[in-house]
Amino acid sequence: MKTYKKLLAATALAMLTGGLMAGGASAKSLVYCSEAAPGGFDPALYTGGETLDATGQAVFNPLVEFTPGTSTVRPALAESWKISDDGLEYTFKIRKGVKFQTTSYFTPSRELNADDVVFSFERQKEGSKWAKYVEGATYEYFESMDFPKLIKEVKKVDDLTVKIVLNKPSAPMLAGLAMDFSSIVSKEYADKLMADGTPQKFNEQPVGTGPFQFVDYQLNTAIRYEANPTYWKGKVKVDNLIFAVTPDAAVRVQKLKAGECNLTIYPDPADVDGLKADKNLTVIQESGLNIAYLGYNTTQAPFDKPEVRKALNMAIDKKAIVDAVYLGQAKPAINPIPPTMWSYNKSIKDDEYNPEAAKKALEKAGVKDLSMKIWAMPVVRPYMPNGRRTAELLQSDFAKVGVKVEIVSYDWQEYLKRASDPKHDGAVILGWTGDNGDPDNFLAVLLSCQAVGQANRTAWCNKEFTALIDKAAVTADQAERTKLYEEAQVIFKREAPWGTLAHSLVTTAMTKNVTGYVASPFGVHNFAYVDITE
Amino acid sequence: MFRYIASRVLLLIPTFIGISFVAFMFIRLLPGDPVIALAGERGMTPERHQMLLEQFGFNRPIWEQYFSFLWNIFHGDFGTSIASKRAVLADFLTLFPATLELSLCAMLFAVIIGIPAGIFAAVKRGSIFDQLSMGIALVGYSMPIFWWGILLIILFAGILHWTPVSGRMDLIYFFKPTTGFMLIDSLISGPKGAFKSAFSHLILPTIVLGTIPLAVIARQTRSAMLEVLGEDYVRTARAKGLAPKRVIGIHALRNAMIPVITTIGLQMGLLMAGAILTETIFSWPGIGKWMIDAIAKRDYVVVQGGLMLVALIVMTVNLIVDLLYAVVNPRIRVK
Repeated sequence: MKTYKKLLAATALAMLTGGLMAGGASAKSLVYCSEAAPGGFDPALYTGGETLDATGQAVFNPLVEFTPGTSTVRPALAESWKISDDGLEYTFKIRKGVKFQTTSYFTPSRELNADDVVFSFERQKEGSKWAKYVEGATYEYFESMDFPKLIKEVKKVDDLTVKIVLNKPSAPMLAGLAMDFSSIVSKEYADKLMADGTPQKFNEQPVGTGPFQFVDYQLNTAIRYEANPTYWKGKVKVDNLIFAVTPDAAVRVQKLKAGECNLTIYPDPADVDGLKADKNLTVIQESGLNIAYLGYNTTQAPFDKPEVRKALNMAIDKKAIVDAVYLGQAKPAINPIPPTMWSYNKSIKDDEYNPEAAKKALEKAGVKDLSMKIWAMPVVRPYMPNGRRTAELLQSDFAKVGVKVEIVSYDWQEYLKRASDPKHDGAVILGWTGDNGDPDNFLAVLLSCQAVGQANRTAWCNKEFTALIDKAAVTADQAERTKLYEEAQVIFKREAPWGTLAHSLVTTAMTKNVTGYVASPFGVHNFAYVDITE
Repeated sequence: MFRYIASRVLLLIPTFIGISFVAFMFIRLLPGDPVIALAGERGMTPERHQMLLEQFGFNRPIWEQYFSFLWNIFHGDFGTSIASKRAVLADFLTLFPATLELSLCAMLFAVIIGIPAGIFAAVKRGSIFDQLSMGIALVGYSMPIFWWGILLIILFAGILHWTPVSGRMDLIYFFKPTTGFMLIDSLISGPKGAFKSAFSHLILPTIVLGTIPLAVIARQTRSAMLEVLGEDYVRTARAKGLAPKRVIGIHALRNAMIPVITTIGLQMGLLMAGAILTETIFSWPGIGKWMIDAIAKRDYVVVQGGLMLVALIVMTVNLIVDLLYAVVNPRIRVK
C-alpha cells in the first residue's frame, strides 16, 4: 500500500511540477502538517508564525539570515556588510547572480539588484503606493520593530550595493533585518502587477529568491511548493513541499503516525511520550526562545512594593508547574530571557521556593489577608500549554501563604486589551516568544518604560533598568551590551515585576526518514535543509 | 399565484434588513476589536490603535458603518478580511461547498440509518433491538462531538488504518476544483483514485456530524410510528387483512413521516453548528471553522459578511420551499 502511494505521489507530483525528474528518479515530497492556514503570501503583512513559515521561510530570503538553530546572523542575499563607526550607516554588498523564481505566473527578466532591496523596505513605509495595495494592509512588524522611526533612508549606491541610513544607532538592527518582514521581494514583479492593475496578486502568488517556489494554495487546506531550480544556494534536496493545514494538535499527531505527513509541530504535551515511544518517529525537543510569566501590576498596592512581589515569587512552586502543566517539557525560569540567549546572567540565583519564608516576608511587608486576582490565559501558546491549570496551581501555592486568589479569564483579545491597561487588577499570566534572538526583543519590548501600555503589562517602569536597556540598544560592541543586559537582569530580579515561570521546550516530531531538519529557536519552520531518505 | 409570489419575495426585504442588523451588531457586542488582534501579545500604542481603527473605518459612527455595510452588500461587495486581506465573498464561495457537501452527507447518513432504525424499534417495541437502538441513540445524542471525532480517528485511522485521518482528499491528488464538491470534482476532473480518496475522507466526518441528527431522527421516527400504529385506520388496515409490510410501509409510515420530515429540516440548520467542531477536528476547509476563526480574531468584516451570505442562502432555500408548497398545495396560495 505504501509503495503504491509513493508511486502515485511521484506520478502526480511530477505531473504537477511539469515534468519528470532528471533520470526518471521519483520526486521527493515532504508533507508538513501545519497548525494553521497562512493569512496570505506577503511576508511583511503578517505576524503569525504560520504565515511566516509559508512565505519568508519557504519562498523568500532576507539580506542577512539566522544560522539554522541559532540566533546568530550570517550573510544571505547580502554577501557582506559594513557598519559605519557612528553606527548610523549599514552598507550591504548584494550577492551577484541571484535569480528570482520563474513560475507559471511570472518570468523575471533580470537578477536581484539594489532596486529590489530598496523597494522591499520603502514599500512598507506609510505613504508609499504599496502601503495599502490590498485593503486593510498594515505592516505590523515594520511598525513594531520601530523601523519607520529608525530608518532614515534606504538608498542604492550602485546596482549591487545598498546603504541603510539610520536616525540613531541600533544594535538590534541586523537581527531585525534577518526577520521575515525584511524579506527581499522582486520590484520587477511588483511593478508588473501594479501596471496590470492586479497588485493584490502580490499577496496571493509570491515570487522570491528562496528555496521553494509557490505552486498553489487551496484555501485553508494545503499549500504546494516545488524546489526552486535556480536557488542561489543550490537546489534543495526535496522536490516538493506541501503544507497540510491541520489545526487540531491531536489530529496532527494521528496524521504523522498514519504517515499522512512527514513532520509536525506543537503536539499536546500529553502526546509527547507516545511520540517518543513510536519507533517510526523522531522527536526533537529544543529550548524555545520563550518565557511564561506571572506579571504583577506594579502600580497597584500591595504589588507596588518589590518585597511583596518577591515574597509571592518565593511562594511559587515552579517545579510543580513544570511537571503538571508542561508535563516536564520545560525548564523553570529564573531570568526574563531564556538561558540559550546571549547575555543571560548565569550568576543570578532564583528565589528559593519557601512558603514559610514567603509568609514571613509578606508579614514583614505589612501584608495581611491579601486577596488578589490571577488572570488565566484562555488560549494555548507554545510558551503556555494551559493557562487555567497554571492559575490553579498558583492559587494553591498562594493559599499556602495566606493569599486568597480569585482566578479570572477573558476572551483572548479582551485579555490582551485589559492586561495592557495599566489600571488592570491583579497579576496576569502571559508570555513571549522571541522574534529575532536579540535580548532587546525581550527586555525592551516587555519591560521597558516605553512599552508600558503595550507589551509591558506590569506597568513596571524602572528608570535604572530602562536606561541600561536603552544604552545597550545603541551600543555596537556585543561584550559591552552583554554587560549592560546582565546588569539589567540583576535589577529585574531585585525588583521582581514578574514571577518568572518557565521556558518551554518546543517539540517537533517527524518520520524517521526525514533528515536535516533543524528547529528554529524563534518558532518558525524552515525546510531548506531537509532531505527524505528511502 | 402572482400575488403570493410577490408577497413572499417582498417579505424577504425586512427579513434581510433584520438579519443584516443582527449580523452587524452581534460581533460588535463582543469585547475586543480586530485591531488588537493584529498586534497579539506585542500590543500597540494607543496612537497606532487609533490610527488603524481610522484606517479600517471602525471609528465612524456605528449607524454610518452599518449603512455603508448595507450599501456595499447591495452592490455585491461583502468586504475584505482584516486578518487575511482576502475578499470575503471569494473565500465564502470557495469554502461553502465543503460545508454543504459534508452536511448533506451527514444528513443522508442520519436519514438512511435513523429512519429504518426508528421504524424497526417501533414495530418491535420493547424488544432488545428497540432498547439497544434507543439506548445507543441517547448516547449518540449526548456525545461531545470533539471527543467522538478524536475517538473515531484513533480507532479507524490510527489503529485499524481503514480511513484517512483528516482532510478532504489525499494530497497526492491535485486538480482545480470545478464545483467545490470533492465527490463530483474527483469524478469529473480528478485522476484515477481521486473519487475513492474523496469518499474515504468523507466517512469519519460524516459519521461524527451525522451522529446527533441520526439519534434525533431515530427517536422521532420511533415515537411518530408508535403513535400512528395505535390509530384506528392502522387497526382497520390490519383488520382488512393487509400484509404487515403494507400496513407499516404505506399506511403507517407515510403519516408518521410528517413530523420526521419537519425534524430533518430543523436538524439541517443545526448541522451548521456541529460542522464548526467537525471541521476543526477533520481539518475540513469549510465555513464553520472559517467563521469561528473570524470571531476569535474579531474580524468584523468576515463575520458580518459570512453571516449575511449564510442568511441569504437560507432565505433563498426557504423561498423556494414556500413557492413549492404553493405549487403542491393550492390551499396555501389561497390563504
